[in-house]
Amino acid sequence: MAKSSTTIDVRHVAELAQLPLSKEKVNRFIEQLTSVLHYMSKIQKLDTSGVKATSQVTGLENISRQDEVDTQRMFTQQQALSNAKRQHKGFFVVKSIFHQE
Amino acid sequence: MLLDKPIKELAKGLRKHEFTSVDLVEECYQNIEKLNPKINAFITTIPKETALEQAQAADSRMSKATSILAGIPFVLKDAYVTEGIRTTSASNVLEDFIPPYSATVYKKLLKTGSILIGKMNMDAWGHGGSSENTDFGPVRNPWDTERVAGGSSGGPAAAIATRMAVFGIGEDTGGSIRNPSAWCNVTGLKVTYGRVSRYGCIAYASSFDSVGPMAKSVEDCAVILEAIAGKDKYDSTSSPKEVPNYSSLLEENIQGVTIGIPKEFYGEGLDGEIKTSVLKVAEDLKQVGAKTREISMPLFDYGLPVYYLIGPSETSSNLSRYDGIRFGNDRENFTEETMRRIMIGTYALSAGYYDAYYKKAQQARTLFIKEYAKALAQCDVLLQPVSPTPPTKVGELINNPLQNLLADIYTTSQNPVGVPSLAVPCGFTKDKLPIGAQLVGKMFSEELLFRIGYHYQQLTDWHKRRPLL
Repeated sequence: MAKSSTTIDVRHVAELAQLPLSKEKVNRFIEQLTSVLHYMSKIQKLDTSGVKATSQVTGLENISRQDEVDTQRMFTQQQALSNAKRQHKGFFVVKSIFHQE
Repeated sequence: MLLDKPIKELAKGLRKHEFTSVDLVEECYQNIEKLNPKINAFITTIPKETALEQAQAADSRMSKATSILAGIPFVLKDAYVTEGIRTTSASNVLEDFIPPYSATVYKKLLKTGSILIGKMNMDAWGHGGSSENTDFGPVRNPWDTERVAGGSSGGPAAAIATRMAVFGIGEDTGGSIRNPSAWCNVTGLKVTYGRVSRYGCIAYASSFDSVGPMAKSVEDCAVILEAIAGKDKYDSTSSPKEVPNYSSLLEENIQGVTIGIPKEFYGEGLDGEIKTSVLKVAEDLKQVGAKTREISMPLFDYGLPVYYLIGPSETSSNLSRYDGIRFGNDRENFTEETMRRIMIGTYALSAGYYDAYYKKAQQARTLFIKEYAKALAQCDVLLQPVSPTPPTKVGELINNPLQNLLADIYTTSQNPVGVPSLAVPCGFTKDKLPIGAQLVGKMFSEELLFRIGYHYQQLTDWHKRRPLL
């Protein structure tokens, strides 16, 4: 869409977000995300100097609980594994993160 | 049709044995069989035999002491985990996910004796305003099946409009209850942040998400909120504030209540017929003693950027848990719209852009809180349109990512602030498409919103009209 100073390195961001993108999707996303970010960038025009950031609106503070095991919310090993596609002897099977050179 | 009746009348009839919960459930399934193939509101329908068994049990236990919701059939947006019942969030990522625990809102409703009959279609993860961003096919609008039902809680809205259930529980992060309510001619409430527990609600943007009722009338919504609101030890953002007896306070008068009309919400881009119908709400309410006042909310234009920077940021974090290892399928199963939102959020939070986008939006959020406080100091409630246009044609929004976001322009600024908003039907276009208005109030002012909405629904009958499919 519009020309703007907003640039997004789609491949890099996809890597950060762990999203596998096809070449075709990367190209489509460059255009779509640039136009969305261009629109959202109008927030830069708003003067926020000295304004505190808000991350939540509950009005609540320091909500804590006893550090006790809540047996009502415990899963059995079988329950915890019940939706896992790959398991081995009662464990989740995860992808390897180290690759041999 | 029994399902046209308000919940209070159904409860009375059940106790006088004029009809049974089995009758209500039978009627729901008749409508589901006849109409759902045209509407596609359900992702998972509970087996009829299961629902009937529960209805029989409810009938045998029915007494004056049982909850007003006992024996009443309802649906849940498929964003709530239900133990032993598939929960998808409308995404192939969770296509075959069977939760091992239940959401608080579902548990509370089960305790009343109400009967779950379906898990409803929606925009995946709440990402959308048309219920087209779903891996289960778009939800169609019962008033014109070439059009969308709105979203993201499109399934519950369409099901209530077609009497496939008495009420539904939606979830609203930036209009997801209000928009489909307006486009399907039902009543829906986005509660004050923290009014209802979010435990077991699949998170979109945790600091915006709110759990609320969708039904045929304001009175029904009040009855439902009483049952689901309140502090939950499993959601530390839930409020300890006492839950009023909303439904017993509805008839209190609204003499002298001031309705603010923020002029920025009626500017360029708003459909003419919608503008006329929404403003007429204020005129109608004058008949019962309300006053109106034009006010200004100059920050209005920045509402979408605040929402679409913080929302995606939170969603990129929330959805990072879906790794296909412990449950669900791989991340390549996200739809393109969901991937775009994750990407925008990841970008806004990434090194070098955090200050300019995420932090900036959080600062702007503070300004919006002040903006609403200022507006609501000049009046008791704000009257705003829900959607800038009538329901769009299927395919129109989903194929235009930016347009898709702009359709939420009137419903996104309330969530970062946390204020409640009640969407009520307020008319139809010349093409017989529903129009909705929203009443926005101060934090925890649900009681007042209900009262105003109730009086409005005594004066008008828009909410009683149903589609002739």
